[in-house]
Amino acid sequence: MGAYSKETNHMKKLLLGTALGLPLALTFTSVAMAEVGVSPTVWGVRTDKLEYRMGDEENSFAWGFEAWTGNDELRLVWKSEGAKIEGGDFEEMDNQIRLQKPITDFFDGFIGIAASTPDGAPERYYGAFGVTGLAPQWFEVEAALYVSEYPYIGAEVEYEGLLTNRLILTPSLEVSLPLADDPAREIAAGGGSVELGLRLSYDLIGRSVSPYVGVNYERAFGGTADILRDHGHEVDELTGVVGINFMF
Amino acid sequence: MKHTNFLRPLAVVLGLALGLPAQAGTYDITVDKVRIDTGTFKKNGIGYNGSQTPTILHFQEGEDVVIRVKNNLRESTSIHWHGLILPFQQDGVPGISFNGIKPGETFTYRFPIEQAGTYWFHSHSGFQEPDGAYGAIVIAPKGGEAVPTNRDYVVQFTDKHPHSGSRIFRNLKASADYYNRAQRTAQDLIEDAGAEGLKAALQDRKMWGAMRMMPTDIEDVQGFTPLINGASTQQNWTGIFKPGEKVRLRLINSSATTYFDVRVPGLKMTVVQADGNDVKPVVVDELRIAVAETYDVIVQPREAKAYSIIGESAGRTAMVRGTLAPSEGMVGPYYKMRPQPLLTMADMGGMMSGMDHSGMDMGGMDMSGMDMSGFDMSGMDHSGHDMSGFDMSGMDHSGMDMGGMDMSAGMPVVPSEGAPGAAFYAPGSGLIPTAANGGKFLGYEDLTARKPLYRDRPATREIEIRLTGNMERYIWSIDGVKYEDADPIRLKYGERVRFKFVNETMMAHPMHLHGMWSIIDTGKGAYDPVKHTVSVAPGTTLYTETEVDAPGQWAFHCHLSYHMAGGMFRKVIVEGGPS
Repeated sequence: MGAYSKETNHMKKLLLGTALGLPLALTFTSVAMAEVGVSPTVWGVRTDKLEYRMGDEENSFAWGFEAWTGNDELRLVWKSEGAKIEGGDFEEMDNQIRLQKPITDFFDGFIGIAASTPDGAPERYYGAFGVTGLAPQWFEVEAALYVSEYPYIGAEVEYEGLLTNRLILTPSLEVSLPLADDPAREIAAGGGSVELGLRLSYDLIGRSVSPYVGVNYERAFGGTADILRDHGHEVDELTGVVGINFMF
Repeated sequence: MKHTNFLRPLAVVLGLALGLPAQAGTYDITVDKVRIDTGTFKKNGIGYNGSQTPTILHFQEGEDVVIRVKNNLRESTSIHWHGLILPFQQDGVPGISFNGIKPGETFTYRFPIEQAGTYWFHSHSGFQEPDGAYGAIVIAPKGGEAVPTNRDYVVQFTDKHPHSGSRIFRNLKASADYYNRAQRTAQDLIEDAGAEGLKAALQDRKMWGAMRMMPTDIEDVQGFTPLINGASTQQNWTGIFKPGEKVRLRLINSSATTYFDVRVPGLKMTVVQADGNDVKPVVVDELRIAVAETYDVIVQPREAKAYSIIGESAGRTAMVRGTLAPSEGMVGPYYKMRPQPLLTMADMGGMMSGMDHSGMDMGGMDMSGMDMSGFDMSGMDHSGHDMSGFDMSGMDHSGMDMGGMDMSAGMPVVPSEGAPGAAFYAPGSGLIPTAANGGKFLGYEDLTARKPLYRDRPATREIEIRLTGNMERYIWSIDGVKYEDADPIRLKYGERVRFKFVNETMMAHPMHLHGMWSIIDTGKGAYDPVKHTVSVAPGTTLYTETEVDAPGQWAFHCHLSYHMAGGMFRKVIVEGGPS
């Protein structure tokens, strides 16, 4: 990977940002024009990860956030997740733009496009189809099918355990199950990967600023794990994390 | 006549006696950006006449008023005269009565004052009211007050929040429990497990968790500082009295979302008026004032000491103290807030009807000791229920309706369980208030019109208003339809309409019909109380009747600011009548 491809990567990211930012900015303007009794367009930005990860071999920065705008009927959501090795590459870079619509009292269905554009690996683009919402007993869940030449199923579960009304322990689980081989990205069909997290946060300023500490554990299974072993990579990674979540 | 404090009304009374024409008063109000200081935080907000202390307009019954409202904001504004009977073009709702008041513009309201009593006014634009745009109206009756007093004070409550109204709304849309800091925690689980046993405590959580509802969901918006007349507890609004004097307190709740339980510890309060209309005096120890309601109470402090006026939020997340004292600078005692209530299954009653429970596994659920009286399960779909191991021993099924039969229809509301003030709550509701001193708590059933405003006659028709919503998404609607998607409600001039309010949500909704009175059916016929705002408790059905005597178009909505903004709102069009 040369400097050229890195530059195009950055260009792409910039374009992606502009493409997302424009509709977001446009809808923001309508907020002030609220008519009586007519629910105004609203928006929000919320991180669920913004952290420094300390591992055995390397440290990295990781983020996960959602920015959205819309109303009760339809929301435009930009979901971003990634990790950058300290002083190195973006080892993970996932962005989605999706349209989200309520399908039941507690669940939204969504369709969108997803881009996975880490450094040092071929880019992948997907059509995303999924559901997200609140399951009984307060589990926040999301499941989606990502369709492309290299399809996979992604699912997330999160639970906010209130130790007090401000001190919150959040276990989380993220699963990704590839449905096709993607050797260029060291992925084998059926060889899933799992990310487990446990984060203890404190709501410092309202719900706007919440620093946290925790642990994050990632592991690959099946054929994917075999490929990683063959290439001399670790199949799992445990990191301690310190971070701060924002919601505004 | 003990009208020494009221020279103006006295003059008017004299004027009337001399047969002078109705006076025309001109009043000026400016709408300004102000810096609001609660003592605990400062924020930018809106105030009338440049002040966070609410402006009080004193009118005289029979007067023709001219009110010039100058908008000094950089956005449009409006003033709605809450509870006043007036031509609809003067009602001040942008998009329904008029086009609003543009920045820099002065709008002149003109209308006759045809009533007396305590009312209030506020902006009906955006979130200006929660941001501070509210004031009080006191209208002196033509013949003097029915119950004369020595002192007369407006006691206007609000729930001042550090966040702006639009930010609060946005946050609630992002996360409905954003401001709920009274949620049950691991610590509560441990305490409950200690008290009730771990199994019972876990099952209770499982039950609420299965519904994805919170028993603590009583106040949407917490974290506010309550104010009395613009003053927080530490700023201590003070009303002066001489021992033995009768003091009239004109209680007004101008909060965005908060109901207050109001008391003056050590004194009985005699309720003489509700929503501007005189009622037969009722002596109470405490009362709950819903958002947008007013109550006039008379107290008679006999000792030369400081008494407190306590306003405690119904969810017990905030409290304010004002003082009644023989001299300035005295401070009434502060009291500890009472424990936070929890909603019960009874408050869920309205929600359960029409709810699809298919696939809900209730196996092993022990509901013994659960009070399900008044629990209306009509319309519930039980297909797919696994009820094996469902222990219903000890369950109280009195009044439980599972046959699709609505028992509340046409039946007068009966006080339940003997609790004072409980008649207009679901039996077994967690919201039923009790007086701090164990005494009398006012309920709608205690209100009796002093004089009938209308002759009693059967309603020409009934209109059902289902109060609906989705708590998790913070969506509020009527009959499941938000304002923007709804057709107006059409009434005919001259008819008497019976509204059947069915609250299918877990929250109380103070419903306000503009332009016409709402007579609550308490079973007293012509003496039913006449109000402008009627609170409908969760899981209950309440009836009001309205004499359709005001042509034009009017707003009709829940007065919780964020429910109204969300769409729990209708336009009412009165067809026919004099133009």
